[in-house]
Amino acid sequence: MPEKFDCIVVGAGPAGTACAYELAKAGVNVLLLERGEYPGAKNVMGGVLYRKMMEDIIPEFYKEAPLERPIVEQRFMMMDKESAVTFSYKGLEWGREPYNNFTVLRAKFDQWFAEKAVEQGALLVCETVAVECIVENGRVVGVRTDRPDGDIYADVVVLADGVNSLLAKQLGFHREWRPDEVALATMEILKLDKSIIEDRFNLEPNQGCTIEIFGDATKGIVGTGFLYTNKDTLSIGVGTLLSGLIKHKIKPYELLEYVKNHPMIRPYIQGSEPVEYLAHLIPEGGYHSIPKVAGNGVLVVGDAAQLVNAIHREGSNMAMTSGRLAAETIIMAKEQNDFSESMLDQYRMKLMESFIGQDLKKYKDATHHFERFPQYFEQYIPMMNRAASQMFTVDGLSKWEKQKKIWRDLGSTKQKFKLARDMMKAWKVMK
Amino acid sequence: MMKAQTIEEKQYLVRFNADTKSHLHVLDDNICLTKCPDKICTIFCPAAVYKWEDIRMHVGYEGCHECGSCRIGCPHENIRWEYPRGGYGIVFRLG
Repeated sequence: MPEKFDCIVVGAGPAGTACAYELAKAGVNVLLLERGEYPGAKNVMGGVLYRKMMEDIIPEFYKEAPLERPIVEQRFMMMDKESAVTFSYKGLEWGREPYNNFTVLRAKFDQWFAEKAVEQGALLVCETVAVECIVENGRVVGVRTDRPDGDIYADVVVLADGVNSLLAKQLGFHREWRPDEVALATMEILKLDKSIIEDRFNLEPNQGCTIEIFGDATKGIVGTGFLYTNKDTLSIGVGTLLSGLIKHKIKPYELLEYVKNHPMIRPYIQGSEPVEYLAHLIPEGGYHSIPKVAGNGVLVVGDAAQLVNAIHREGSNMAMTSGRLAAETIIMAKEQNDFSESMLDQYRMKLMESFIGQDLKKYKDATHHFERFPQYFEQYIPMMNRAASQMFTVDGLSKWEKQKKIWRDLGSTKQKFKLARDMMKAWKVMK
Repeated sequence: MMKAQTIEEKQYLVRFNADTKSHLHVLDDNICLTKCPDKICTIFCPAAVYKWEDIRMHVGYEGCHECGSCRIGCPHENIRWEYPRGGYGIVFRLG
């Protein structure tokens, strides 16, 4: 291993690999470090990969990447104990080029993506932990790994070390995350025949469906459940803020069992065989939690920089775009041979001008709002279910009578005002 | 009846390449004993790594998913959390 590289990227997930790919393609001498046995060995995601941001890096990747199914339908269930109000959009335009998004299994996909970076000339070294950044005279000059004689030097280090973001924390770019800045997600991969999946989810071969589940999936805690179709498996999971699990003293795997056995969910997964169980944190602090992302000789990308839009379950796309923007900045810095913070800070500006900064800003108060005011999940979703049941149950009552009953179910005048105020507030944090 | 209901059954589905020494350390069992009636890590840990044994916290690091929840969620910052050595620890095969 040569002693010095132009750039060291720590972590071969979507952010780090995107960055290494772009750098190698531009002829930059880049080392991609991964602590797992292979890229993807430590990585977990519900499973939705967005076409646009991936194609910004590798055009027409979908012709060769290991993908599961292109998603043609996205459902949203507002679930109560024995009922659900469901919204859905299904569009066949998503089932053909240019596609919208795909389900993927990360262990397969991340390996493929990292191999593509290697083809471009990146050096991938697995089974190596970067334990700290080497800092000299106020600038990051390399990383210390857990290998013997494991100090490696570079002009610039990209921290793509994931949600725990230990290296940026060591540099003082952020404090330890709070339990309300991360969501703990557990999930299982369930094996099920292709044809059964297609029958149950109303799909043609090579079409996929995603279901996001709100309300009773998390027993009213802020969070969501999800159920995604892969080729011959399903991914089912549930994520809630860590602070919610602590407050309600809930075991995450018991919550996952609760979702799997919920009468609205169980028929989808009946007869399937669990083949893997996974747990991971998701950074959900949003805009307010984005740390310092550029310093002297160092950049922070992806989950490590809290780049997740929890409301729209987008993260891998932000990871890839942030990796690409970091690479652009490094290429510019290399041309001018200036890796100072003031130079690298252009990455932060690019990030904030892109959809990443814009979307995170748009929803900057959303997660906190729904955490502070549990009535949305605890009361309003069940209320919505009761209203739908009342309106669509034919029992001889006139529709006017039914509307009156629904109106009465909203509670006293005071409660109705509160409801109206809450709806306004929800609009304000989402608009 | 659904399969793999208990955490023990779920953990059997996962591949681990356990190191011989732990990457997780409870700094002071006495803090768990005297200051932490809930022992909340024994509840929120998704792999049930932490088990309270009368006066001390048993840490089954071999089954850790390396998520980081215990480090962030411990109300007394009483857990030292590192990554396992390169190549060791959990090995996800699919998701």
